[in-house]
Amino acid sequence: MTQPVLDVQDLTVRVGSIEVVHQVNFALEAGQRTGLIGESGSGKTLTALAIMGLLPDGLSASGRVLHRGRDVLAMSERELCAVRGDQMAMIFQEPMTALNPVMKIGQQVAEPLRLHRRMGGRQAHAAAVRALERVRLPDAAEKMHAYPHQLSGGQRQRAMIAMATACSPDLLIADEPTTALDVTVQAQILDLLVGLVEEGGSSLLLITHDLPVVANVCQRVLVLYGGRIVEEGSVQDVFGDPRHPYTRALLDAIPPLDEDLPDRKLKAVAGSVPGLGEFPPGCPFRNRCPRADGACVVMPELDGTDHRAACWHPLT
Amino acid sequence: MAVQIVVQLGWLVVSLVAASVLVFTVTNILPGDVAEVILGTSATPEALETLRHQLGLDQPGWMRYLQWVGGMLHSDFGTSLLSHSAVGPLIVQKLAVSGPLALTSAVLALALALPLGVLAGVNYRCPAGTLISVVSLVGIAVPAFWAGLLLATVFAIQLKILPAGGFVDWSANPLAAARALVLPSLALGLVQAAVLTRYIRSAIVEVQREDFIRTARAKGLTRWQALHHHGFRYAAIPVVTILGVQLTGLLVGAVVIENVFVLPGLGRLLFQSVGNRDLIVVQDLVMLLTAVVLVVNFVVDLSYRLLDPRIRSTA
Amino acid sequence: MRRRTPPTLLIGGFLVALVIVTALTSAVWTPTDPTHVEVSARLKGPTPTYLLGTDQLGRDELSRIMAGARNTLLIGIVTVLIAIGVGVPLGGIAALYRGRLEDATMRFSDVLLAFPAILLAIMFAAVFQPSTVTAMAAIGIALVPVFARVVRGAGLQVMQQDYVTVTRTYGGGNGWIFIRHLLPNVSSVLIVQATVAFAVAILAEAALSYLGLGTPPPTPSWGRMLSESQTFLDQAPLLAFWPGVSIALTVLGFNLLGDGLRDLLDPKLVERLPAQG
Repeated sequence: MTQPVLDVQDLTVRVGSIEVVHQVNFALEAGQRTGLIGESGSGKTLTALAIMGLLPDGLSASGRVLHRGRDVLAMSERELCAVRGDQMAMIFQEPMTALNPVMKIGQQVAEPLRLHRRMGGRQAHAAAVRALERVRLPDAAEKMHAYPHQLSGGQRQRAMIAMATACSPDLLIADEPTTALDVTVQAQILDLLVGLVEEGGSSLLLITHDLPVVANVCQRVLVLYGGRIVEEGSVQDVFGDPRHPYTRALLDAIPPLDEDLPDRKLKAVAGSVPGLGEFPPGCPFRNRCPRADGACVVMPELDGTDHRAACWHPLT
Repeated sequence: MAVQIVVQLGWLVVSLVAASVLVFTVTNILPGDVAEVILGTSATPEALETLRHQLGLDQPGWMRYLQWVGGMLHSDFGTSLLSHSAVGPLIVQKLAVSGPLALTSAVLALALALPLGVLAGVNYRCPAGTLISVVSLVGIAVPAFWAGLLLATVFAIQLKILPAGGFVDWSANPLAAARALVLPSLALGLVQAAVLTRYIRSAIVEVQREDFIRTARAKGLTRWQALHHHGFRYAAIPVVTILGVQLTGLLVGAVVIENVFVLPGLGRLLFQSVGNRDLIVVQDLVMLLTAVVLVVNFVVDLSYRLLDPRIRSTA
Repeated sequence: MRRRTPPTLLIGGFLVALVIVTALTSAVWTPTDPTHVEVSARLKGPTPTYLLGTDQLGRDELSRIMAGARNTLLIGIVTVLIAIGVGVPLGGIAALYRGRLEDATMRFSDVLLAFPAILLAIMFAAVFQPSTVTAMAAIGIALVPVFARVVRGAGLQVMQQDYVTVTRTYGGGNGWIFIRHLLPNVSSVLIVQATVAFAVAILAEAALSYLGLGTPPPTPSWGRMLSESQTFLDQAPLLAFWPGVSIALTVLGFNLLGDGLRDLLDPKLVERLPAQG
């Protein structure tokens, strides 16, 4: 059996002594698309940053993050720099701030090519134009000389995607790639992403709070709450037959478009997400869960084989 | 963009005119006047009147203002009310002292602040960075003229290797002239360096928190490469602002330092002219200094447009 | 997560408190009368009677330093008040009315910016007799643009907020908005700026006093004490030390205080974690 592209083992991220991501385990096979679902404060972005080795100063990660067998967390900065942008790439949520406002788009897209493929100026420029065309940015050649503020939100995100996929990485992490965009543009960008990933045979880790997006794009899904994976499985299993109360609550909160709601009320998830470090001991969902009881002061492990939930009282 | 530059130039001219009016108005509401200073308090009213007429002080304000401005535009800075020598050449002569002083201080300040500020900014979590930050904080609190006094005490009085004051003409003894400028430049330059270091460090620390630096690292650049290729250009914007402001501080500091070390430069000339109520010289010098500041601000503004493409697109 | 008190705030606060306490104490007690001349005791080094030595007229240096603190603080307070009194309305007008009025006030502020305090003071000295008042006026005017800019900048942000639009819908005029919404929301920036301006004012006053354009004798003033000490640099070098150290510590204190307040009041500058946890 071939090695998974990404194998995350017992990943824990700490801010000082506070654990914000606990013992996260999952693997990504070649060509697989997995979604990481969570609300704000669930730790999903930090998980992604930990995988890339880009945690902000003051945070630390432990565990193992194996990319093609090599532990990212054990690599030196030099080794990481060789891998980042080339074999592992990340797309960020807010393209306006993630792109350098005082540098031309073309230069920014060409940069990974110059760095990892040792291309000279002209060669890199041509390759960058091709990359922009691949993401279907209109007038790619002209846009090379544009600055980020001169592009629309969707165009900026396309440029980001071009930048990330320029060297055909085998692992692409997309952190809320469409959240900052108009609804009409979202679908286009997602299609583009899926197309590129399939074409290049890469694996995609899609991080989002938007369940329908995961349902449309991914094959597997991980549900994150309070820094822990509370449910994982194939998209059909998890969305069709949710086992964890939190997943159920998330699905229930999506307003249906084809019928009226009972009582004409939206079913919001009760309570609000606690701040970092303020989750209760044991199961983090304990104080918002309708099924919680005394047993829940101890954190349950993920059970089952393929469709797994971490709950003492799963729905099925 | 050319249109914007022309508009900015227009504003520069307006500011210069406004400043000149301000300067003229302030220096000309005098209780006492030059005639009294020259002839003494026992002079007869008739003698004072005659002198005032000779010096042109009895003409209406607006006429004197226009004469003054008109003269300046023709490089004629008038004649000193006291010494009757042309002010223009006088200024040039004093410039030979103040110019090198300001220049040396500025160069020293930049040469120290740029590397130290960047170092402190890049290593802001390390002891080295913190040390530089603390030292620069202390340096800011030190008045430049006190630094001058301390330096003079140590190097001139105790160690006796450098002069504590005075100046020798460049043409007479260039080495002595240079030596006379060492301590003043050091005092001024070190204090300026402290201020600049602080700001540069702060700009570098701030830029490292920006999202696009994280993106650069995600592409495979090292921290240093990300800073070098992406950070510096972005951080240059606030730094250029500070350089402009600091130049004003430098000019003012030079005026004070010249009095500490008794250097016959523009600062001392200004000071003495104020005491002597020599209107014309005071007006000219203050106008000169103000004009330099306004022009520097204009250049700083221009450089924003070069550095930040976002400003170029909007009005 | 709770933030711990920034060390800059503590050290700065301590230094500022020290100066304030010294100034207040000197109003009721000093070891000796700071203006009492004792020619036989001139230029002495530190002794048990004169803890910091004496100056060229035999006056107790320690008492003069203490009294000087009063002078320094007084000038600092008045100049900052002048600058706020003129600068805040100026900046507020610019932010509230926008358009031509904003341009005009900002340009005026820019022209003022071209006149450093010392230059203004020198000009004033040419016109009036140099005194504490002229120094305060000069420094106060020179600091106006700083506050005008800061208030305009923060004010513009406030004006973008929805609650301002809401206020207008129920009839709140510009004056009302200025007092009830603009001022409270720029107050934290204003406080930080005021402490920094205080530090700048003290340095400027020191330079002016040194040049003889500030507080005239016999009131003790640190800057003037430095200039008086210059003639006796070879005989009593310590006299050049004490006033300078006092100035530096006071300025350092206010700068640190301003830094500490900024860290405390401005959440943006605290170490932030990525937005979507």
